[in-house]
Amino acid sequence: MRLVNRQPQGFADSGDYAPKLAERQRSARRWQGIFLVATMVGIVFLVALLYTIINQAFGYVAQENTVDPATLVSAGVPLEELPKEQLIQILRDHVSAGVMRRFESEQPFELRSREDVYSLVVERVVAPRIVATWNLDASLLRRAAIQHNVAIEYPDARLVFRAWLMPDFLMRSQSSTPADAGVRTALLGSLWMLAVIILVAFPVGVGAAIYLEEYAGKSLVNSIIQTNISNLAGVPSIIYGMLGLAVFVRALEPLTSGALFGLVDPATANGRTILSAGLTLALLVLPLLIINAQEAIRAVPASLRQASYGLGATKWQTVWYHVLPSALPGILTGTILAMSRAVGETAPLVVVGASTFVALDPQGPFSKFTTLPIQIYQWTSRPQDQFRHIAAAAIIVLLALLLALNASAIWLRNRYSRRLD
Amino acid sequence: MSAPDAVGNEIAIQAQELNVYYGSFRAIKDVSLAIKRHQITAIIGPSGCGKSTLLRALNRMNELVPTARASGQVVFLGQNIYDRDIDPVELRRRIGMVFQKPNPFPKSIFENVAWGARINGFRGDMDALVEQSLRRAALWDEVKDKLHQSGLSLSGGQQQRLCIARAIAVRPEIILMDEPASALDPIATLRIEELMQHLKENYTIVIVTHNMQQAARASDWTAVMMMDEDRAGQMIEFGETQQLFMTPRDRRTEDYITGRIG
Repeated sequence: MRLVNRQPQGFADSGDYAPKLAERQRSARRWQGIFLVATMVGIVFLVALLYTIINQAFGYVAQENTVDPATLVSAGVPLEELPKEQLIQILRDHVSAGVMRRFESEQPFELRSREDVYSLVVERVVAPRIVATWNLDASLLRRAAIQHNVAIEYPDARLVFRAWLMPDFLMRSQSSTPADAGVRTALLGSLWMLAVIILVAFPVGVGAAIYLEEYAGKSLVNSIIQTNISNLAGVPSIIYGMLGLAVFVRALEPLTSGALFGLVDPATANGRTILSAGLTLALLVLPLLIINAQEAIRAVPASLRQASYGLGATKWQTVWYHVLPSALPGILTGTILAMSRAVGETAPLVVVGASTFVALDPQGPFSKFTTLPIQIYQWTSRPQDQFRHIAAAAIIVLLALLLALNASAIWLRNRYSRRLD
Repeated sequence: MSAPDAVGNEIAIQAQELNVYYGSFRAIKDVSLAIKRHQITAIIGPSGCGKSTLLRALNRMNELVPTARASGQVVFLGQNIYDRDIDPVELRRRIGMVFQKPNPFPKSIFENVAWGARINGFRGDMDALVEQSLRRAALWDEVKDKLHQSGLSLSGGQQQRLCIARAIAVRPEIILMDEPASALDPIATLRIEELMQHLKENYTIVIVTHNMQQAARASDWTAVMMMDEDRAGQMIEFGETQQLFMTPRDRRTEDYITGRIG
């Protein structure tokens, strides 16, 4: 971009048109500036969002041990070097007999490795607790102040840098201790729900789009249907939640709880299951999916259909062999975008009855469930600082899931459109 | 109906008092036209006079427009194709079509030719059929080593010949061509015209063209269409091409072929 902008003045004798030229050029530059500002505002907000999230997902924590490891050992041998027998003894001294029996029944102590017993001792006896947390910016910029602060306020605490988002975070179930909590159940819940949504919404949506585009004539009824589909795409999602509550959770409870198939999950005795949530969200994304698939089908060139009909193909052969393959990239892209919308939905799930605390993995469509947005919502509403950090970590997981979905949409589109040329 | 009036002069398809409407608009009006077997018949006329509509009425392709309907008769193999018991799907296999813009399927060259035969239940030797069709369309030598490349990788003229091969592969009796060379360069156009001369040994060809030289060069018979006052297309003259271009009977034909209208 040139800073000093010397505009060409046009030819000497431009007659009636000359005076307007400079003004037109100025106006063009003004609009360019406005559009640039609009883009920058969007980028600034996006960066701010990412900054806040990442800022909270990493940072220093002050850890205090419930029992000082030094008091557990004698003769100067540090805890981590003790033999397995002594570690078992320490464990027996500090936890109840019931808990010991549970450890024993999970895996007998004879079979456990020394490292395994050591980690049990650390977890159950030493039991480090997080007493204070800092955000990433403070951790990086005010390290000395934090160290000073910890030394005064928590003389027993150690300062550790903690990534709240770590591989372990994905693998651990929900817990009431933030430091031990993970998104495993929520992630699995989201994926199960996604499977239900795809299985229901994709065939129904594409089928409806094919019917409306290829078969339905131009009758009054059809244009009413068409208008209503467009309107349904704009209905607030909470309304779908109420519909799902009334229809899937209450009216169709025998079906959605699995009672009809004798598959009731022992932990649930009602219709508040993954299946209900999936069906509700399938309804929510159905209008989007139909409209998108219709547009993809409409974009298939008429020449392709004519070529097919001209060879003596039936309508179905034309649709199946030419229209659908050509429309597929568009349909798939639309479907995946609809799925990312569904994965991010919270409100309807609250109404349909997502559980806020599920420690057990969902076993199938009839399990009770929680999903990532529900989990995030629940964690952010807790007063303790540490939940804020794991909420930020969970948001990153959710964003990564959405990005993965969108990236696969782009990949599919490129792959199929390349195959067509 | 298809009574031969002379050897090699029997009628392949015959329109009788044919009218085609789009909604309330009459696009062609009372057209009667007998198309001779194994001859090339050209339909010429100014833009918007209903040439393409007439052509598409011959294999009911105009029915793809939801509001289109036809009255009158088109007799093919002794039956009116607009009869209730004629299935347009079967009709279109027997009366194939080549379009203005080359429109190969986004599939391999082989699949482009084989697909039509396959969906029509062809059970014979597909490789042989594809080769024969491509040979008849004068394309075999150019594509025999790349049958599995996309049909869209060919040049415009090759694509159009591929479309002709595709139409031939379902063994039609008549091939309708809707301005098949208008999107092509002069060399490719000439090749299509040469090809038509070979094809007429086995097929009846009806070609719509806005290029009068092409009609004069390449066709045996010519029909001239013209719009009347309420914009409905009418056939004003039909005859042997040479005669029609030398000594047109209708004043409007003369004006059109000498370039005064259209």
